[in-house]
Amino acid sequence: MDIPVEHREATTGERGSPTLIEARRISKVYSVGEQTVRALDDVSLTIALGEFVAIMGPSGSGKSTMMNLIGALDVPSTGTMELDRRNIAEMSSDALANLRNRTIGFVFQQFNLLPRTTALRQVMLPLMYAIPKPHDAEERARRCLQQVGLADRMDHYPRQLSGGQQQRVAIARALVNSPKLLLADEPTGALDSKTSEEIMALFCQLNAEGITVVVVTHEHDVAEYAKRRVQFRDGNIVEDLQQPGYLGRAAE
Amino acid sequence: MSIVDSLRIALTALRANMLRSILTTLGIIIGVGSVIVMVAVGSGARSEVDRQIASLGSNMLVVFPGASRVGGRSGGAGSRLPLSERDMQAIREKTTGVVAVSGMLQGSGPVVRGNMNWSTNFVGVHDQYNVVRDWPVINGREFTPNETRTAARVALLGTTVVEKLFGTSEPVGQTIRVKNVPFQVVGVLESKGQNSFGRDQDDVVMLPMSAARGRIVGRSQVINDSVGTIYVKFAPDVSLTEAQEQMESLLRQRRRIKAGSEDDFNVRNLSEFLRARASALTTMGWLLGATSAISLIVGGIGIMNIMLVSVTERTREIGLRMAVGGRRRDILLQFLVEAVALCMLGGVIGVIIGVSAAAVVAMSAQWPILIAPDAILMALAAAALTGIVFGFFPARRAAHLNPIDALRSE
Ligand SMILES: Nc1ncnc2c1ncn2[C@@H]1O[C@H](COP(=O)(O)OP(=O)(O)O)[C@@H](O)[C@H]1O
Ligand SMILES: [Mg+2]
Repeated sequence: MDIPVEHREATTGERGSPTLIEARRISKVYSVGEQTVRALDDVSLTIALGEFVAIMGPSGSGKSTMMNLIGALDVPSTGTMELDRRNIAEMSSDALANLRNRTIGFVFQQFNLLPRTTALRQVMLPLMYAIPKPHDAEERARRCLQQVGLADRMDHYPRQLSGGQQQRVAIARALVNSPKLLLADEPTGALDSKTSEEIMALFCQLNAEGITVVVVTHEHDVAEYAKRRVQFRDGNIVEDLQQPGYLGRAAE
Repeated sequence: MSIVDSLRIALTALRANMLRSILTTLGIIIGVGSVIVMVAVGSGARSEVDRQIASLGSNMLVVFPGASRVGGRSGGAGSRLPLSERDMQAIREKTTGVVAVSGMLQGSGPVVRGNMNWSTNFVGVHDQYNVVRDWPVINGREFTPNETRTAARVALLGTTVVEKLFGTSEPVGQTIRVKNVPFQVVGVLESKGQNSFGRDQDDVVMLPMSAARGRIVGRSQVINDSVGTIYVKFAPDVSLTEAQEQMESLLRQRRRIKAGSEDDFNVRNLSEFLRARASALTTMGWLLGATSAISLIVGGIGIMNIMLVSVTERTREIGLRMAVGGRRRDILLQFLVEAVALCMLGGVIGVIIGVSAAAVVAMSAQWPILIAPDAILMALAAAALTGIVFGFFPARRAAHLNPIDALRSE
């Protein structure tokens, strides 16, 4: 199911906004022993600043692979991935670390919180790696925790928090360095539906405040929140839709 | 990330596996502990030997009557010609660089004051004995040359004797009795402590040579003007080897010993003897040093092993740190700091154990406890260096993980 190149241009939303993510004909091939797995096959995708994109598709269709490339955690086998108009294949490992630190906030399905570390310290972590290290790191971390509704959980350890609260800590951590882009790979996959709704509402609110949000999800009602839905199958984009009546507008 | 932040992370990680951390550092504990013991025992032994040499008297030779082969001599005591006042006189006049000379007769027996009685060592000496032995009088005065000549009934007491007979009261001017003969105490000797054979040198009563002869040593054993042993002190710039040769040929000549036959006296440099013993201790120190080097290497391999385990266990954490902006050098530093902190933990425990062990050794050998702060710093630096060397490979492995593979690991 090949998507014509024109289609991509027709569905690129927020005309006039500067481009934040530009994936041009990228493929990602993994070799496992003798076999090769084509996780992404000649995919192109453009996302502009300020968009709210839901990526959907069955398991194994290449969504996470795409997210990792967008998040500068990995490089494509062929094709070019530009983030903030910079080709990640040409950047040094330090420059990539800096890009992940400043421009991108990542939220994972498994939360990926550090054990034996308080919520406040978790959220301060990206600022510890920032250069120069901000002098108001703790203050900023407190503000982000307040923003995700955990003002009274600053000194709690992960095991003292519910799944939803842990994911909020992870979101606060992703936000603390004021990134342009928030990437979330199945952020509600491990949460119940009510908590999931709260988390998605939080993403809408953040998007309304100007952050570009790209979220991978299986659930259609979660995807309802997004302004744009991109459907993956077998390493290809099979559908890229601008939602006419997305719920995210309610948060504006 | 700053060192302080890295250290905070390292301590959190080490605390989480407290028992494992301590067991891992066992090699470092032993290595650092033995460095401390080695240095402390080495310097304690050296200072003890120095003290003994000093208490012997500096730049000094001793002439003993009889041949140097002490055991297995068949000549019998009768054939042994004692050293005489005239031998001593000749040494004083004909050897170059002599500063002071004194004979020394030794004996033992009771000394009495009033109804107090103490069994002690007597020495009969000439007036220069205090100079020769670097053994000053701290209270009162030394013997005069005249007192030595006229068998004056005066005495110098060691501090142990003073304590036994006088307690805290003033001994100078008081009278003591030796074999029922009254002697007046004219001075108290400075305390010298134990000699190299563990004998209390302060348990002593000094009498003028002529007064002591026949009194502390039975008259039958003392032939005319015997002076026992002769102590000779030389000027600091005199070579003792040359002085020894000079004295030996002088005495052979005086005592008419034919060429080729054995001396009936022997001249010894006692400091040399003590130094030889000290060098045996130094050898022991080197052995301990080798032990600690091997322990540090074995300990370092243990650290490397546990750091590799730690990197594997925390692969996801490493991936996360990279995902939020940790650079390779940040990850490298974090694990290096952790390895060094682990080694320093072992180092501190090792220092505590080493200092205690050194204190026990020093107490049982009755040495001063000498634990130099620079030995502790050196041992801790060796531990830190071990952490850097053996922590580098695991830390580098962590730093070169691919962020995605790290995040995906279980
Ligand atoms: N590191 C890897 N090694 C080998 N195959 C991989 C690796 N990562 C992903 N794949 C494969 O690539 C395909 C896409 O995976 P992924 O992007 O995780 O899918 P999704 O997130 O949509 O479930 C799958 O077939 C998966 O098995
Ligand atoms: Mg996935």
